[in-house]
Amino acid sequence: MLNLRDNPLLLYALGICPALAVSTRVDNALVMGLLVLVVLMGTTLVMAALEPVLPEALRLPLALVAAAGLVTAGDLFLRTYLPGLREGLGIYVQLVAVNCLLVGRTETGRRRLSEAAPEAFGQGAGFCLGLLLVALVREVLGAGTISLFPVGSFSGTLRIGGLAEQPVRILLLAPGAFLVLGYLAALYNRSRS
Amino acid sequence: VISAPHLHAGPTSRRMMLSVVVCLLPAGLWAVVRYGPPALYVLLASIAASLLTELAIAALAFRRFTLGDGSAALTGLLIGFTLPPAVPLYVPIAAAVFAIAVVKMTFGGLGRNWMNPALGGRVFVMFSWPVFFHASPAAGRADSLLRWIWNGTPGAIGDVSATLLVLGSVYLFVRRIIRWETPAAFIGSFSLAVWAFAGLPHGFFRGDLPLYLLTGGLLLGALYQATDPVTSPLTRVGRLVFGAGCGLLAFLVRRFGPYAEGVAPAVVFMNMLVPLINRLTRRAAC
Repeated sequence: MLNLRDNPLLLYALGICPALAVSTRVDNALVMGLLVLVVLMGTTLVMAALEPVLPEALRLPLALVAAAGLVTAGDLFLRTYLPGLREGLGIYVQLVAVNCLLVGRTETGRRRLSEAAPEAFGQGAGFCLGLLLVALVREVLGAGTISLFPVGSFSGTLRIGGLAEQPVRILLLAPGAFLVLGYLAALYNRSRS
Repeated sequence: VISAPHLHAGPTSRRMMLSVVVCLLPAGLWAVVRYGPPALYVLLASIAASLLTELAIAALAFRRFTLGDGSAALTGLLIGFTLPPAVPLYVPIAAAVFAIAVVKMTFGGLGRNWMNPALGGRVFVMFSWPVFFHASPAAGRADSLLRWIWNGTPGAIGDVSATLLVLGSVYLFVRRIIRWETPAAFIGSFSLAVWAFAGLPHGFFRGDLPLYLLTGGLLLGALYQATDPVTSPLTRVGRLVFGAGCGLLAFLVRRFGPYAEGVAPAVVFMNMLVPLINRLTRRAAC
């Protein structure tokens, strides 16, 4: 069933590799989160469709092939329509194919589509939201900006006066990713209990 | 631990912390005399921020009053010592809040932190606002070594008087509040590395030893920060290994890294290895 309370990123630390690496900008995080959501949903659909004819031993390899295909499609889409942003995401786009969220889903056993789809959506959306939250904190404090997408006369970047001149730059570096994710996870777990 | 009864006649943490604060005061006062009010403001800001953060978190999270052990005041003072006098006041405040809230209280307060809080705070601001840290030490070579030892050296607030730092530490050595192994190994390995490699483009064994020893927070780090009993090894061999690692890393970071000094990152990195060092040297005599 749809479950948005068990955030995979903040509760189980699943998929933290891309989360730590691309959360320096809000737009990067948004695109990465949506890509994970789309690939997770797509893989779940493909696996559910193949479920009746699929031998157990082929579950994981086939799930990875399906995920890799979807990631390649997503990659081509990004290269065509958002080339600058695709550049910033680097290798982490391809790595979505072996994201442990995906692998974890195929390990949960046989599921009917009506069960699996809401679950996958909940996890993907939770990951996306968690990633956005980490990126928002890091970019606002670490750079003093919020990078979104240019629409019409809006340039795509919000600057926060004062912070943008002398931001807490360490939050954009690797230690900042761990600090922010750690404290957000602590807060999240505390608010649940 | 062998068997009961365990007699505890050593110094209490309150007395230890206050001794260190008192031993640092002459060097701090001399820095205020030399640099004027800005140095005083930086010291006051870091101490006040450190005390207030500790007070607030201890009250909210632990429902205790912990200012009495003196460790927060010492952390604040040490943070002020590692900063240049010309920084804007949000730098000492940010360093102190990070040191107390993140490095110390997140892990459970005094005695439970694995990283030296003052150095953690210092590293935090050094990576966040590197502009203020680029040109501080080694700003100029004094014409005579004697003048440096007497008048003091350029750099951070705590760098001003090597003489007063060393004099203050003598009392702490005598009372065994700081142990000799860490500073000896620290300064020893650092000096050796500087002597051998610091002059490198021009050849081996030509390093400018006084410049490296008297600036860049080396003495402050070796005598007062690496010796923190919470974050240094428990065994004698362990402290020697720890100090030697600190000295070597401090040299590497300072000589080949982009930053003006390397003591803080070096000690923080070695802090991480302390549990491992403790375990590996457990059988050795302590």
